[in-house]
Amino acid sequence: MELVYKKPEAINANPFPYCPGCMHGTVTKLIAEVIDEFGLREKTIVVLPVGCGTLGVLLWNMDNICSAHGRAPAVATGIKRTHPEKFVFTYQGDGDLGAIGFSEIMYAANRGEKISVIFVNNSIYGMTGGQMAPTTLVGQRATTCQDGRDPEREGYPLKIAELIAQLTTPVYVARFAVNTPQNVRAAKEGIKKAFQNQMDGLGFSLVEILSNCPTNWGVSPMATLDFIKDQTMKEFPLGVFRDKTEEAADEK
Amino acid sequence: MESKFMKGCEAIAEAAIRSGCRFFAGYPITPQNEIPEYLSRALPKVGGVFVQGESEVASINMVYGAGGAGTMAMTSSSSPGVSLKLEGVSNLAAARIPAVMVNVMRAGPGMGTIQPAQSDYYLMSKAPGHGGFRTITLAPATLQEAVDLTYEAFELAFRDRMPVIVAPDGFIAAIMEPVDLPDYRDPPETPAWAVAGCEGRDHINVLLNGGLNEEDQLAKNRIAEELYEKWDREDVRVETYKVEDAEYVFAAFGLAARICKSCVDELREEGIKAGLIRPITISPFPYAAFAALEDNVVKYVIDVEMSIPAQMVNDVRLGMKDRFPVAQVNTAGGLILDSEDVIAKVHELVKGV
Repeated sequence: MELVYKKPEAINANPFPYCPGCMHGTVTKLIAEVIDEFGLREKTIVVLPVGCGTLGVLLWNMDNICSAHGRAPAVATGIKRTHPEKFVFTYQGDGDLGAIGFSEIMYAANRGEKISVIFVNNSIYGMTGGQMAPTTLVGQRATTCQDGRDPEREGYPLKIAELIAQLTTPVYVARFAVNTPQNVRAAKEGIKKAFQNQMDGLGFSLVEILSNCPTNWGVSPMATLDFIKDQTMKEFPLGVFRDKTEEAADEK
Repeated sequence: MESKFMKGCEAIAEAAIRSGCRFFAGYPITPQNEIPEYLSRALPKVGGVFVQGESEVASINMVYGAGGAGTMAMTSSSSPGVSLKLEGVSNLAAARIPAVMVNVMRAGPGMGTIQPAQSDYYLMSKAPGHGGFRTITLAPATLQEAVDLTYEAFELAFRDRMPVIVAPDGFIAAIMEPVDLPDYRDPPETPAWAVAGCEGRDHINVLLNGGLNEEDQLAKNRIAEELYEKWDREDVRVETYKVEDAEYVFAAFGLAARICKSCVDELREEGIKAGLIRPITISPFPYAAFAALEDNVVKYVIDVEMSIPAQMVNDVRLGMKDRFPVAQVNTAGGLILDSEDVIAKVHELVKGV
């Protein structure tokens, strides 16, 4: 019988650790497919965050290391600088990257570390039970802003991709979503581009991916897809905010 | 072996390179800036990497990454900066990643002053981070010892897969002294446990800074406990100086011990039987050296520290089991211990006995 579809080698056979309807699984699989397609598994070090993404330790079938909360870009810096021939990516959520690790991500980006960052933005702290994240939408409820995020009190959502694209150094910064098959396919292309940049030694790439959290949003998995389209993407428009891949390749 | 006249920080940095250190990340803070400055020049020349981190927190986490990938890695800082690094030290201990941290101690608490002190004794010897763990913490009293201990710290770190702390005070880091530098040695091959890509292995490596579940965490704590107990048995280092017949025994480490040692000689010339117990490892602490003090010989133990409140004194009491009265000479704020104060205290005790 002909094998037409299989689980990527970059993930293992453990049961899926995330909540029902959570799209961390989608993002994980996209990354794993790209790792397989590029033949990177044996030279990859995955740098895990603190948050739901830590559960990746149960999934990744590649060397991996768990960071303290928010520090993944610094940890990745230490690995990549001492092993420039290896492939290093971080997988981080919005609390990890956008709040406690904001300094680490900005400086890793500004130094132009030759790593790839996958930033999964679901507008909430998932693992700790639904607290307000830097990316929680205005009016969106969370356990620490139970009447909804109020800009008077909490300010506006932090637009990570746009902020990082303000820096001169980064090579590729883009935002995707995984709420529709078309968007999933586009996200995979973005991940490919970010990974290719690292393989080519070009510099820092960040791919932000809008995702969901049915459990803590208190919304059914299907309804989260519309929520992303109607609400999240209004605040966080999809797009490429920086692409100097060709310029960087020319300089090289 | 090569002899040189060097400044403290630079000699420590050079010793690190000679030991095989090939990664350094740090953030500026006085009085240790000559360590990163030296390494920013010297590391690239031997194929190493220097990164100026955006913070102490980022720097220790870069070390966590480099060490996790199997490179001999180091960071340095001074007391207020070390507070910030302790998150990373705890994670290094949890994930069993080797690294060396140099803490050039200055006066505290808070911002304190930039002058020498021994203000971080508790922090460096008892709980250099959250969660319950220990480190081997080395406290040099001379520049030569700072060089030798830094060189050796990397061996200990790799032997145990643990962070090792070298804790000189700001004085030792700032003085210039002649030192014999140990020979250069090649950095180790990437160890089998390192996360550096699974090519050539039939399994993946995972470095996890926590437990997969309660039982896993408990098991990790038990394994670590065994290691700490082994340190207590095998890795304690102490210098005892003229203690055999001493009636007045100084307890001091680092610079304070160096000053006390000269006081021992001065007092002995006067006919006063003085001695010194100098912990070289402030963790594991040399309790046995204090337990060995003889009941009918010792009249006073004089704890001498550049810290107010005194900190090591509690370990001293524990070691000698409170058998002798304790006198105290201490200073703080960045003011160097005055040997005359030490001598005067002993004269006072001799008169009073």
